[in-house]
Amino acid sequence: MADRSKSRIRFSRLYSFLCLRSPFRDEHSQIGQKGFSRVVYCNEPDSTEQLQLRYRSNYVSTTKYNAFNFIPKSLFEQFRRVANIYFLVVACVSFSPLAPYTATSILFPLIVVIGATMAKEAVEDWRRRKQDIEANNRKVEVYDRNHNFQETRWKKLRVGDLVKVYKNEYFPADLLLLSSSYEDGICYVETMNLDGETNLKVKHALDVTASLHDDDSFQQFKAVMKCEDPNEDLYAFVGTLFYNGQRHPLSVQQILLRDSKLRNTDYVYGVVIFTGHDTKVMQNATDPPSKRSNIERKMDKIIYILFSTLILISFIGSFFFGIQTKNDIVGGKLKRWYLRPDKTTVFYDPKRAVLAAFFHFLTGLMLYGSLIPISLYVSIEIVKVLQSIFINQDQDMYYEDTDKPARARTSNLNEELGQVDTILSDKTGTLTCNSMEFVKCTIAGIAYGRGMTEVERALAKRKGKAVPDSGNTSSYVRGSSDRHTDSGKSIRGFNFRDERIMNGHWVNEPHADVIQKFFRVLALCHTAIPDVNQESGEISYEAESPDEAAFVIAARELGFEFFERTQTSISLHEFDHQSGRKIDRSYKLLHVLEFSSARKRMSVIVQNVENQLLLLCKGADSVMFERLSRNGRDFEATTRDHIKEYAEAGLRTLVVAYRELNEEEFRLWEEEFLQAQTSLNADRDAMVDAAAERIERNLILLGATAVEDKLQKGVPECIDKLAEAGIKMWVITGDKMETAINIGYACSLLRDDMKQIVVTLDSPEINDLERQGNKEAIAKASSASISKQISEGNSQISLSNGSSISFGLIIDGKSLSFALNKNLEDSFLDLAINCSSVICCRSTPKQKALVTRLVKRGIGKTTLAIGDGANDVGMLQEADIGVGISGVEGMQAVMSSDFSIAQFRFLERLLLVHGHWCYRRISMMICYFFYKNIAFGFTLFWFEAYASFSGKPAYNDWYMSFYNVFFTSLPVIALGVFDQDISARLCLKYPVLYKEGVQNVLFSWPLVLGWMLNGVISSMIIFFFTTNAVVNQAFRRDGHVVDYEVLGVMMYTCVVWTVNCQMAISINYFTWIQHFFIWGSIAFWYAFLVMYGAVSPIISTTAYQVLVETCAPSPFYWLVTLLVVVSSLLPYLSYRTLQIQFRPMIHDIIQRLRSEGSETEISGELSLGNKEKLALVEEKLIDRVNAT
Amino acid sequence: MNSNSPSTSTGGPGSADSTAPRRNSKRPKYSKFTQQELPACKPILTPKWVISAFLLVSIVFIPIGIVSLFASQDVVEIIDRYETDCIPLDSRNDKVRFIQSPVDKTCNRSLTVRKHMKQPIYVYYQLDNFYQNHRRYVKSRSDQQLRNPGNEDDTSACKPEDTAHGMPIVPCGLIAWSLFNDTYDFTRNNQPVTINKIGISWKSDRDHKFGKNVYPKNFQNNTLVGGARLDANKSLSEQEDLIVWMRTAALPTFRKLYGKIEVDLQAGDVINVELQNNYNTYSFNGKKKLVLSTTSWLGGKNDFLGIAYLAVGGLCFFLSMVFTIIYLVKPRKLGDPSYLSWNRNPGGR
Repeated sequence: MADRSKSRIRFSRLYSFLCLRSPFRDEHSQIGQKGFSRVVYCNEPDSTEQLQLRYRSNYVSTTKYNAFNFIPKSLFEQFRRVANIYFLVVACVSFSPLAPYTATSILFPLIVVIGATMAKEAVEDWRRRKQDIEANNRKVEVYDRNHNFQETRWKKLRVGDLVKVYKNEYFPADLLLLSSSYEDGICYVETMNLDGETNLKVKHALDVTASLHDDDSFQQFKAVMKCEDPNEDLYAFVGTLFYNGQRHPLSVQQILLRDSKLRNTDYVYGVVIFTGHDTKVMQNATDPPSKRSNIERKMDKIIYILFSTLILISFIGSFFFGIQTKNDIVGGKLKRWYLRPDKTTVFYDPKRAVLAAFFHFLTGLMLYGSLIPISLYVSIEIVKVLQSIFINQDQDMYYEDTDKPARARTSNLNEELGQVDTILSDKTGTLTCNSMEFVKCTIAGIAYGRGMTEVERALAKRKGKAVPDSGNTSSYVRGSSDRHTDSGKSIRGFNFRDERIMNGHWVNEPHADVIQKFFRVLALCHTAIPDVNQESGEISYEAESPDEAAFVIAARELGFEFFERTQTSISLHEFDHQSGRKIDRSYKLLHVLEFSSARKRMSVIVQNVENQLLLLCKGADSVMFERLSRNGRDFEATTRDHIKEYAEAGLRTLVVAYRELNEEEFRLWEEEFLQAQTSLNADRDAMVDAAAERIERNLILLGATAVEDKLQKGVPECIDKLAEAGIKMWVITGDKMETAINIGYACSLLRDDMKQIVVTLDSPEINDLERQGNKEAIAKASSASISKQISEGNSQISLSNGSSISFGLIIDGKSLSFALNKNLEDSFLDLAINCSSVICCRSTPKQKALVTRLVKRGIGKTTLAIGDGANDVGMLQEADIGVGISGVEGMQAVMSSDFSIAQFRFLERLLLVHGHWCYRRISMMICYFFYKNIAFGFTLFWFEAYASFSGKPAYNDWYMSFYNVFFTSLPVIALGVFDQDISARLCLKYPVLYKEGVQNVLFSWPLVLGWMLNGVISSMIIFFFTTNAVVNQAFRRDGHVVDYEVLGVMMYTCVVWTVNCQMAISINYFTWIQHFFIWGSIAFWYAFLVMYGAVSPIISTTAYQVLVETCAPSPFYWLVTLLVVVSSLLPYLSYRTLQIQFRPMIHDIIQRLRSEGSETEISGELSLGNKEKLALVEEKLIDRVNAT
Repeated sequence: MNSNSPSTSTGGPGSADSTAPRRNSKRPKYSKFTQQELPACKPILTPKWVISAFLLVSIVFIPIGIVSLFASQDVVEIIDRYETDCIPLDSRNDKVRFIQSPVDKTCNRSLTVRKHMKQPIYVYYQLDNFYQNHRRYVKSRSDQQLRNPGNEDDTSACKPEDTAHGMPIVPCGLIAWSLFNDTYDFTRNNQPVTINKIGISWKSDRDHKFGKNVYPKNFQNNTLVGGARLDANKSLSEQEDLIVWMRTAALPTFRKLYGKIEVDLQAGDVINVELQNNYNTYSFNGKKKLVLSTTSWLGGKNDFLGIAYLAVGGLCFFLSMVFTIIYLVKPRKLGDPSYLSWNRNPGGR
């Protein structure tokens, strides 16, 4: 688009602040001192001076490790976990005679576990490395000694290199902008990778270098630049350029940052200042704050319990061991002479029994080490990574239109998704599409626009009115196919239908002049850039916000087509109602008073061809009405009414006004304004605002616009489901209260049967006080009023206690700031918790984060924040889980989120399906882990009791070390990855199931302790049944008796069978994978025994041929296994049966429904009777849970 | 001008990033695996299922219990506890001194066969309160030395029974040193009953753990003699008493095979045992028993397995009945409001 003529335009004054060259500021005096010591010899990267400085190369590495430090560094990471340290210490001690088994058999599982984790780290790091390699090998054109631009790899760039970057390329390093394809040396950059903002930013070369336009002009170019040292501040830069014997100050305006992209500019020349890790973006790279899930925190506590158990039973063991050892010599006589207590090491010395007991305690710690599941952490990590893959791969969370699947950016929080109690949601872009459509306007007190918004339709529906077919009112959003059917008439961002003013008919309206002014304001008062398609002549716009684009488009459609912008003028094709032709009108652009969230308005000052000076202004009604002049309020009352109507219809409104300025006034003001702009004080922005304030008054009201932000597809249904799941929903929005309430209705957050509790400061008394302007009095009165409203709300709720009325709380930003004060916080929270939905309107980004923190701390339950914009970042990071909508507002929110989805409605599936599954899987997995390790560990303890607590393990060393690695771990992982209690379809159908996670019933202390108890019971059954069955007598026809080896194999067989079968009866979902792992683990145990028993007895020691020769031929062995396994499963089975019968959990009921419904489902449709039954039960389920 | 800004009027909805001209779809690939839709069976504990499972268990277990019990009942076992009886009355106040003195410790016992005993009849000795599973004891052996004559110096694990007079002991260690040394000679009607001591150990032990050309050396040569001495002319793989002894017992009460009697014993037969009561169990108050036992297909005499099978089978039957009754009396019908009253606290466990 940037043809030559255009590029000659000096764009520099387009952005009003840019026309001012930054003068030397205070900081510049520091150049050359500490912190400001960087020297760049421009275009002389090979000079000795430059080389002496030894700045870093442009090679970038974001990897955590390299080939040399991988081993030590990743090992260090591993041993930051308590459990791993324990195992390391055990492994070290295992080389001493204290060890109950051989050192290798202790080391082996540790090495496997640590190795697996390290391998995972290595794979992740390798992926990062591949990205680095890709970035390091990108090509850029660099000016070489032969005065040509040559393609070079990024990593070879050096400080001082001169580079040429083309349109849509990324900057390879932090560059000093010398010149661009534009004559005045400006260029546009997109900083989406840095701050997530999609709008274009203008960068500006120094005048002295801007003239270097050709490749050839750099032959003689030499300059030295001194600047600050590398730092992470993206928005500041201090430097000085020494060029042609003069000093020129440099600011951030001349700096092009790595990872931002050149846009709308054909090419730029730049000098490399910061390379590689010195660049601002790399300096900014920090790891996102790591969040840990509730379950993991609780798991740590359980591990501590296990550690205590370990210490306790080791102590018991060493106590008895001490006593028995002491008794080995009584009165000089040997008791157990076969142990030779007279000639022994300290470990068994009766004379030093206390010391022996102490050493035995250490042995015990090692012996019962299998209580601590060594593979737990690594298994959980593997499982979570796989779960994340499932989330990423879910087709039902893929959004076709933007080609975006769901992304789990962290795998730490998968199970937390199943426990969300409160959702805090942004509105714009999250519940809505954030694609603005101009639907209505009011001009000169007359409302135009016949469309019906979705909110209006929802309201009408609620009132039982017939809803007209959506037809052309919402033609666009339904997708691209609609647009074609509408023969190109439907235009993105424009959904305005009113024959009175369309197609030029507005000239016949009573206030035609006002209408003309109104649309001129829309066409002029903005910062959009037009883009004329050369072939079709169509014009599209590039605007900072979708609202703005909607206005420009509306103006275009109504005959005020903005087609050209230069730095000093804006040109429109205007419909001239006198000649009836389109004529070009050009307006001289004098100043742009930019929009900010504090000002809530923007203005431009233009001069038209008649030399009239006009201030055109648009802004929020709250700030605009008070700035109207006395004679500019002709239509105020009707406009206010219309605005209220629009707000109720869920529309965003802006008031449009203008003012004529006289020369004198303008000249005076301009002086003042420029002064403010050039001031060096810290409060320069405030001064600029104040100056702007002075001219933006005495406005004349023209009308107001109403823009619709459409609800995203499926939002009301999704919110309904989430509410059914018992999740509370808070919407925190910047909108007006009326808009917020109506959006609340539209997305079924508020319902008719709900009582609304409104907390607001919009009362006559407060307004009176505000007019008086006594700030203290206002604060006091406000606080009192809020306090009163909150307590009234609380009493309303307590009155209705028992009845099924639910409440919705609506609070505005001002009130919120008072309600969040320390003294009101608690009562506000009480009120909010008792309401099923809460809407905070008119709130700032900071309030969003504050509310999130309050909720998180106050409820002590899991909160989830969802949002799409940079203003939601605080909220996302504050909440337990941050979900980013990868929508149109850039990547900022997504970058700081834990999960990202493309549409709000995917939240339903993310929580109800994936969240529920992950929660269930992880909690079951952990419980089961503890169960299996306790069941195993305690058999050792019982055996000890029969071996005078001497520390002899019941099993062969290698059985023990393979326990957690081969025989039991894979089924648990399969459980953690694949188990589904309820299918996805039913999870969505019965959202009530989700309450299991919110109430944490699957990982409650009784449940966890229940599983532990089950483990102890299993171990007792295994040990005592086995030993009693084999005691003394022969266990085979050939008279052989059971010895140490055989007992070990028997017990171990029972353990392996028991824990695997326990798994089989407690999981709900058997695919071939589960079958393979569970039965495979058992089969592997036998295979292992055969293989291990076949190697030389020196290695296999007590396992030598033990299965083949000794156990397998004995029917007794098999019968004992069968008996023990069935018996040890009985407690769990009976318990669960009774539980399902008398106190079923929600998933039990649904599973039962499924199994009973399945018979009819096979034959196709459910029979009517069953359908009714299902519906009935569904109701009951909800009632039941609500009752509790 | 390409743009992904939402405000362009011409661009498609959310047009893709302009740097990627090829529209690379990120749609996840469909497979039953990734969508977690693998065919699966979803067992749940319905009353029918549980009741039939419990019934099945009882149907399987009760017969097994009965058969095991019969097998155990078939076994004829004679147990003779002798550790006190074999001490002369005058020495009974200090049994340890008696057992450690070099006097003759022959002791005669007579056993009456109550029931016909079919050969082979296994002869066991049973010790009590003897911790063969003590860690110090178990570790005190050298597998290398037992296997290979070249490794006779490999005695580091055997302390304090590693060397005598500066020479390694073969077999070394506490286990071998404390070898049981009571002996039994059986006569019936003054006819000696031969005891076959061949094949009382595990074949794998004889063949692979105890060397054919390893001979006892320097054994029981220290001042303190533990138990039996070995015939220095017989290789270790032939010393089956030692092999049996060295396969340590799991629990402090244990039997070990002494030999086999390969003739039938008739009911009413009186077996005279000439017993050398050498082994010191008196220091630690251990009992000693002589056991003669036949075997069944299930091994020796122990009712526990049969009873346990019967008990578990019975319990399962009982439970299945209880569940049936519950199911019949309080059927949890779909949508039956009565069960809801049970559930004030859902899922509370």
